[in-house]
Amino acid sequence: MALPHDTEAKFAEYAHPERLVSTQWLAEHMGSDGLAVVESDEDVLLYETGHIPGAVKVDWHLDLNDPVTRDYVDDEQFAKLLSAKGIGRDTTVVIYGDKNNWWAAYALWVFSLFGHPDVRLLDGGRAKWEAEGRETTTDAPSPATADYPVVERDDSTIRAFKDDVLAHLPGALLDVRSPQEYSGERTHMPDYPEEGALRGGHIPGAQSVPWARAAADDGTFRGRAELEAIYQQEKGLEPGEKTIAYCRIGERSSHSWFVLSHLLGFSDVRNYDGSWVEWGNAVRVPIVKGAEPGSVPSR
Amino acid sequence: MTTSTDDLPPALAEIVDDFGALAVPDRLQLLLDFSRELPALPPRYCDHPELLEPVPECQSPIFLVTEIDGAGAGATVHLFFSAPPEAPTTRGFAGILAEGLEGLTAAQVLAIPDDVSHRLGLDEAVSPLRLRGMSGMLGRIKRQVRDKSSA
Repeated sequence: MALPHDTEAKFAEYAHPERLVSTQWLAEHMGSDGLAVVESDEDVLLYETGHIPGAVKVDWHLDLNDPVTRDYVDDEQFAKLLSAKGIGRDTTVVIYGDKNNWWAAYALWVFSLFGHPDVRLLDGGRAKWEAEGRETTTDAPSPATADYPVVERDDSTIRAFKDDVLAHLPGALLDVRSPQEYSGERTHMPDYPEEGALRGGHIPGAQSVPWARAAADDGTFRGRAELEAIYQQEKGLEPGEKTIAYCRIGERSSHSWFVLSHLLGFSDVRNYDGSWVEWGNAVRVPIVKGAEPGSVPSR
Repeated sequence: MTTSTDDLPPALAEIVDDFGALAVPDRLQLLLDFSRELPALPPRYCDHPELLEPVPECQSPIFLVTEIDGAGAGATVHLFFSAPPEAPTTRGFAGILAEGLEGLTAAQVLAIPDDVSHRLGLDEAVSPLRLRGMSGMLGRIKRQVRDKSSA
């Protein structure tokens, strides 16, 4: 049985307010039957330093990725993971994490590939919970094993592969990396190591909106009007148009995918998780360098 | 798991052995212990953060500085690190280097194999990018030691 939605006024403006809860909502509902709280961070040890009471950890690297193939876990692995974390198919899942919910949004997107019905983000994530002085603990929870069904992963609705992107050109694209990565000056974020792409630049026609522009200073999502001003008025993206978002490996773009689909109500948004480490290494795919979106070459 | 430690100085060899003796989840716990035990910066650096060198290879902000007593290959090396509490993995790697390298001679530090971050058995638990961050710290430590000791 799903928990009640958070009726906070800010959320009501969004297309799908049921996808967010506030720290206050979580504080009031912590420990409820049918609720699982999941922490998913960039830093693999952060959970162990203290977490929201009862929260289980889902690690993007160990739990959500297949250890061999560059892909996500399959249906059986996902069912096993969620069962072990005490999550059933009808459980309300609230995910939170560090860095503006960057990795939490990634985990939510993977949960969505398996169509988990009720999965929400904690607005503001770990930083806001801590800043408000709310309770944390280092006690490891021991949830009772649940029986999560084996559900086929749907890679066709919210996930795009390289060939999908090629077929989509010159369709709407959103590049959520830093301006330096977009222009081709760098292949990784500023202050991060250069990693693994032979060519720099962006996919032709992609609009540049660095992912963190969607977050306010306290890590919460900006209000709907502010988000519309960025993605729709400034960048000209249209809610009714098919849109594909990408970044370096698909994690930052999960955050922007969440914004477009759940907050702004775009009807068809896919996340290209191959992203720049695939595109920037692929042979003969079109690339544009510089600050302008550019266009697909006619060859 | 058996990992060669013959080419490592004793303190670092012991750390590698400790990691190797544990199952993977416990290795993360040990890394967390190192992050907690990372010594705080002495006041002379707290007040002058510009004296520390940033390590852009790491995913989280970390700064380090070395001090050298003496000159040449036999000079003694001291290490100081600064990393925020919300970056425990990075702090853990810094803690390993702080404990494993503190008080060695310049020649011993320069002889540490560059692949030492891959001998901790963390490759399956920590992303490759993070392990590269530890290698980045070691590389910068070695360069500072080489410059400052003229070894």
